[in-house]
Amino acid sequence: MKHLVSVADLTKTEAIRILDTAMQLDQVTEHGAKKLPTLRGRTVVNLFYEDSTRTRLSFELAAKRLSADVITFSAKGSSVSKGESLKDTALTLQAMGADAVIIRHFASGAAHQMAHTGWIKAHIINAGDGTHEHPTQALLDAYTIRRHLAPHRQDFEGLTVGIVGDVLHSRVARSNIGLLSALGAKVIVVGPPTLMPVGVEEWPCEIRYQLDDSLPELDAIMMLRVQQERMNGSFFPSVEEYSREYGLNRIRASRLPDHAVVMHPGPMNRGVEITAEVADGHRSVITEQVANGVIVRMAVLYLLIGGGAHD
Amino acid sequence: MSTHVPASPQQRVVADQSDIARALRRIAHEIVENLKGSTDLVLLGIPSRGVPLAQRIAFNIADIEGTSVPVGSLDVTLFRDDLRIRPAKALARTELPIGGIDGKTVVLVDDVLYSGRTIRAALDALNEFGRPKAVQLAVLVDRGHRELPIRADYVGKNLPTSHVEKVSVEISEIDEFDQVVIRES
Repeated sequence: MKHLVSVADLTKTEAIRILDTAMQLDQVTEHGAKKLPTLRGRTVVNLFYEDSTRTRLSFELAAKRLSADVITFSAKGSSVSKGESLKDTALTLQAMGADAVIIRHFASGAAHQMAHTGWIKAHIINAGDGTHEHPTQALLDAYTIRRHLAPHRQDFEGLTVGIVGDVLHSRVARSNIGLLSALGAKVIVVGPPTLMPVGVEEWPCEIRYQLDDSLPELDAIMMLRVQQERMNGSFFPSVEEYSREYGLNRIRASRLPDHAVVMHPGPMNRGVEITAEVADGHRSVITEQVANGVIVRMAVLYLLIGGGAHD
Repeated sequence: MSTHVPASPQQRVVADQSDIARALRRIAHEIVENLKGSTDLVLLGIPSRGVPLAQRIAFNIADIEGTSVPVGSLDVTLFRDDLRIRPAKALARTELPIGGIDGKTVVLVDDVLYSGRTIRAALDALNEFGRPKAVQLAVLVDRGHRELPIRADYVGKNLPTSHVEKVSVEISEIDEFDQVVIRES
């Protein structure tokens, strides 16, 4: 594994290895080792062309916990706003000796382009590209599911995960469907037909347009954010109607099995896709997802740039 | 897994099950004698084979002293100085006993002492987890060729070897038998 652009880059073995590594790192951190010397002298660049709080901070913290030097580069206030191309930025980072570049970009395929054009030798980690993928989010979700529902197992055979809402605009959904199904889980995608991407029937998941009947089957339910900033048409009549059909409220949450967990990749629109009561309720593992994000990103960084060159 | 192969030109068994049992028994006696008992003692095995060895030493101490000794596992991979010269290795488990290591006498347990670099990494790792009163080292085999100023406090067997030989400690919890084998590489 040289880059992490898409969950399709990962074999099942590699995905399990990342989750196993995260589990060991969790244990080390829990015992009080907050700062590990592992990536001392390595340079990690956070290259963010799109706004982000938790992903950028999470990667930054993960790299710092492993003692890497971290440079954060956001498009605002950099030479990108003067019109510098992705290629020239990549060449600059190459000249500065970056070992890993974490890229978040509004264009689908930006991370792939960085990884496969030969502009830069660094390992590329996709932190979200357009509506394409967000592989570390899927890994942290898988890690959260493993901790709660399959702590002593490697694969997710027999588990059913529901992904609900705006699948069309969601890179989180794309990455999660790929990863969770590769790990053996059954994935059920639920949402209005207008928010299902073209070709979704080819994906390794079941598609439903109605939430209520699916609830008792789900071991985990992942609520997607309604991405109003990406919506340039009308996809549903009103926010109220969307919440009524697809929002997770107390009554719907009570129809989930007792062991089921409620997830959300953040940032939440409280009152739209999830009510505040459920988001803060006993089934919610939403803040734990954030904590797990740091651990999983530490695992990815360690496995990508912790060792010597192997290619 | 091969069947129990005795001496062959490529492979020499230098300690068998009873040799290993006696060595661990003696190490347990030495630890208790040296520390005048087993209070505030913590055994930390270095994965993978150091962990079951630490458990066996603890079992022996319990037998001698009638007290149970906390045993943990300390993975040193993240602290190694040779990370850059090999692909990233899978991590093993770090599990400190309840009660931690602060103010305790920690005896690190490993199967083979060779360059000393694993133990250096272990000392760095311990530093992150707490401040023991003292740190000592027990190894089943000391094969020489130190690259750092590190020595063991308790040694099961001194085994002078050459660099081209490979020393394997095999123990039944992980391997098929208890034995120490020298192989020509």
